[in-house]
Amino acid sequence: MPVPEDRLYSKEHEWALIQSDGSVIVGITDFAQHELGDVVYLELPSQGANVIQHQQMGEIESVKAVSEVFSPVSGVVLEVNTSAQDSPELVNSSPYEEGWLIKVQPSDEAELKSLLDAKDYVALTE
Amino acid sequence: MVAFAGFDMPIQYESILAESRAVRNSIGIFDVSHMGRFIIEGQDSRALLNWIHTASIGIDMPLFRARYGLICNEAGGIIDDAIVYKLADSKFLLVANAANSKKIFDWLQIWISSKYPHVQISDKTKELAMIAVQGPYAIEKVQQLLGVDLSSLKPFNIIETNILGSMGFIARTGYTGEDGVEIMPLASVAELLCETLVRDGAAPCGLGARDVLRLEAGLLLHGQDIDESTNPVEAGLKKFVDFTKDFCGSQNIQKPQIASNKYLIGFKTEGRSLVPRSHADILQNSEIIGHVTSGGYSPSLDTNIGLGYVQNRSVVHQEQIEIDVRGRKINATVVEIPFYKRKKP
Repeated sequence: MPVPEDRLYSKEHEWALIQSDGSVIVGITDFAQHELGDVVYLELPSQGANVIQHQQMGEIESVKAVSEVFSPVSGVVLEVNTSAQDSPELVNSSPYEEGWLIKVQPSDEAELKSLLDAKDYVALTE
Repeated sequence: MVAFAGFDMPIQYESILAESRAVRNSIGIFDVSHMGRFIIEGQDSRALLNWIHTASIGIDMPLFRARYGLICNEAGGIIDDAIVYKLADSKFLLVANAANSKKIFDWLQIWISSKYPHVQISDKTKELAMIAVQGPYAIEKVQQLLGVDLSSLKPFNIIETNILGSMGFIARTGYTGEDGVEIMPLASVAELLCETLVRDGAAPCGLGARDVLRLEAGLLLHGQDIDESTNPVEAGLKKFVDFTKDFCGSQNIQKPQIASNKYLIGFKTEGRSLVPRSHADILQNSEIIGHVTSGGYSPSLDTNIGLGYVQNRSVVHQEQIEIDVRGRKINATVVEIPFYKRKKP
């Protein structure tokens, strides 16, 4: 699966897609879902919760193991992908689209500059 | 790939869940050549096996029958669980877990030198491969591809037959809770056998799917659910123990009517939740009553299931318990083992 060029990436294998209204959609990369294997449960922050860049925002349980998931941005959670919570396999089948995790209102847009672009992220995973 | 008892083993080929579903709904294959395979023969072979194994390996054991049971130390602790197949009056095949294979070989030698001198053991682990073909279409597919008639091969029986040009064994046994066979061909034809099965639609399955399927079927994993600190009664395995005979450890295995101070339970959670895995505490009324030995997501039940031991108390089916998953308490219900039973045709 190609790494989409329309978004930014963290070294912890999350992506951040900036929306026209300034909010940011967050998910995990195809590389990450592949490493995790079949995802069976998502423990995500609630709507209204604060998340901090590069700090743990939840857990992803796969058949094999549990893994921490980190937020690529700081801010307030605007929305949680309840479809992915109900059908966690979406994270495997569509990590960049239907399997997104949360939508965040960033508190410090300057933070986004520290994230990687698609090319640098690809280099990281090679 | 992971290192497992000296072998490089795949956790998964594509997806643990997809592989598990293939076995439940159609057909999957597992390369389980890492398991120990010993031919045990000679005039004392039956008596030796009857002494070290908890199942009845009596003179009346029918030819080509297989029996599952435990191999216990003198204290009654489980050294391994193993299947004994009777190949002739004084010739048996013993299949042991990979990690315990050396230990079992040494254990047999101890009893040969002290009590049962007329026994020869040959280690066939390298010479014969072992390919488990499991799922509702397994028997049909193996018959077609190998041109052998398996209609008379009943569950827990074995035949010696030609497999792709050389002699080997086909046993109607497995570790998935599904119908199927374990094929033991000459190692040199194993690759061709696997390729042929996969080309014909069998899903190659790794250790991950094997663990999911055996847990659903309530089959215990040695080193995790049972070990030398556990006896067969505590592990709920008394139906695999012949209490009418003397065997190694029998003096110290409590008879079924005596309550043990720990025993195995099965549990399931409601819907999706954090996954209870081995070592998690089992609680009731905020008090720790035991711990989980195996736990995970069950694709057949679409919820989490697990096995664990509770100590010094009785817990009945449908009773509510909690599992402590990294500090968060998950509600669970005590249920019957196995969690999954296949529909009989």
